[in-house]
Amino acid sequence: MILFGYGNPSRGDDALGPLLLDRAVAWLGEHPDLRVTPVADFQLQIEHAEDLRGHDLALFLDADAACPPPFAFRRVQPAQDRSYTTHELSPGAVLHVYERITGEPAPPAFVLGIRGVAFELGEPLSAAAEAHLAAAWGLLEVLLGAADLKAWTALLPRVE
Amino acid sequence: MSHNLESAANPEALRRVVIEPVTRVEGHGKVTILLDEQNRVHQVRLHIVEFRGFEKFIQGRPYWEVPVLVQRLCGICPVSHHLAAAKAVDMLVGARTLTPPAEKLRRLLHFGQMLQSHALHFFHLASPDLLFGFDSEVERRNIIGVIASHPELALQGVKLRKYGQEVIRHITGKRVHGTAALPGGMNKALKASERDELRGGIAQVVAWSQAAVKLSRDFFTSSEYSAEFGTFPSNHLGLVGAGGDLELYDGGLRALDPGGATIFDHVDYTHYNRYIREEVKSWSYMKFPFIIGKGAEEGWYRVGPLARLNICDRVSTPLAEAERQAFRAAAGGGLQHATLAYHWARMIEMLHAAEAIEQLLEDPDLLGTDLVTRGARALEGVGVVEAPRGTLFHHYKINENDVVEKANLIVSTTNNNQAMNEAVRQVASRYLDGRKLTEGLLNHIEVAIRAYDPCLSCATHALGRMPLEVSLLAVDGEPLDRLVRSAEGQLSRPTL
Repeated sequence: MILFGYGNPSRGDDALGPLLLDRAVAWLGEHPDLRVTPVADFQLQIEHAEDLRGHDLALFLDADAACPPPFAFRRVQPAQDRSYTTHELSPGAVLHVYERITGEPAPPAFVLGIRGVAFELGEPLSAAAEAHLAAAWGLLEVLLGAADLKAWTALLPRVE
Repeated sequence: MSHNLESAANPEALRRVVIEPVTRVEGHGKVTILLDEQNRVHQVRLHIVEFRGFEKFIQGRPYWEVPVLVQRLCGICPVSHHLAAAKAVDMLVGARTLTPPAEKLRRLLHFGQMLQSHALHFFHLASPDLLFGFDSEVERRNIIGVIASHPELALQGVKLRKYGQEVIRHITGKRVHGTAALPGGMNKALKASERDELRGGIAQVVAWSQAAVKLSRDFFTSSEYSAEFGTFPSNHLGLVGAGGDLELYDGGLRALDPGGATIFDHVDYTHYNRYIREEVKSWSYMKFPFIIGKGAEEGWYRVGPLARLNICDRVSTPLAEAERQAFRAAAGGGLQHATLAYHWARMIEMLHAAEAIEQLLEDPDLLGTDLVTRGARALEGVGVVEAPRGTLFHHYKINENDVVEKANLIVSTTNNNQAMNEAVRQVASRYLDGRKLTEGLLNHIEVAIRAYDPCLSCATHALGRMPLEVSLLAVDGEPLDRLVRSAEGQLSRPTL
């Protein structure tokens, strides 16, 4: 599987995605039998469609300013949206670009959005985001330990 | 060089049109247009929410942290900020001249950044307008439309961008947030295996870049429209090499007036503030830089690919140099002032970056391990690079405790502030004056702004998208019409 963690570490809670990815990378170091490709970035862009090649499952970790706290786990489908017109794509748009440039269905993909509340430049992670990060790690550890579509789909109703 | 249409004589008696946000640029911009009852344009302004707080973000930090910190100012050109800051910090440690391996690694990093940034802009943000027309269906005028109708072209754009990111990753360890430059040099040598991996793909990258130049050239030269759209005379500014070469990493400042005469040349960029000043205007967060010797009214200038191709005497790589000559010939030997020529110039620079990467990958110095040098300490440092969008200035003063006390940044988009306003005014006058407003016509305004590839935000993001909304107000402020483009791209005209 491929694990995207994205956001700007210097913009307060926007760091949630990369921080959760860092935690996952450390954990994966202790579980070398698991085949997970971590990708950190500021924001999603077209080349991330290329990163999807050869992976059978994808998970996007991102700060979310609107989801119910502490986090939301959901399936994401390929979708054409307005993010094509910006320097920043949505997860669905990345999957859609993948399908258009490869002619193949995108791998099953999920988003783990962690609720953030403050996104100012130079600010540290907020106290609320710290708590949300810890809660999200609890789910991510489960997801990494059982990285297959059936297992993740079974988790959807329970955590949404 | 006029400021016509910057301020209307009687703004309270005019209708106001707002385009917000401007799409397919980085960040958010807003255009306001004041029209009279005959739809004649009286005032046009591009408002930008600028990089506020950058200097404050840096002040109080130890100087050696700065090159890493500033990468987080912007998700689009972190490498440019990293290198401009690194050059300033080099001065603080007395190392303005680096060892050959360190300088070549920095140049390779910079060319990788230029390649990926230019590819993203041309293939994915600008090409929908160029391929389908400014008035084409809005649903089609995006990268997915390009993928559907020109799949090979779209895939090349993805792969070019990816290659540039791979150059960055090999040098910094990561695509973003990596570390490479440190005070007086670089922190890691390039491995032979990494160089060889990059060598494997570069020939294709050069070939695709050549094709992209042809596409942009054909677009520009196929119609007189390109030469007229958003065209206005201006000064041009940027770095050039000692021999007048196109220079993106280091060099002296050169400025030419609209007729091509030299305003100044080979100026040591550490003295930039003797030549450039910034003006504040009450209606914009972003400052307006100008050449001091020409004054605020006549001294504003353009930077970026168009300016760089205008001011340089030659390009050091052969394929790009041949294209530069064609570019200049199209302008009759004078300076090229067309806004849409930015796209052509940008692709010539992308070709130059690809060729330069190919050359550097054959240079034995690239694998050298003598990466750091030091000299006499200083308390002030200035670093300037040519970022993808134009000249980028970083200026720091530190105290005896090595802490940054003062920072001044003039980012590329700020340098183009007045020029973008001029482009919008020219296009508004030409295409909107006296006509009914449509989405296609409003896109003309956005096309003019997009040509400059402005970077208006600092990479923060949250789920959810801002729509574009256009409102028409009567003289008395009563709403007359409203056009909304939703986050999903649907156009609607809500009941008033």
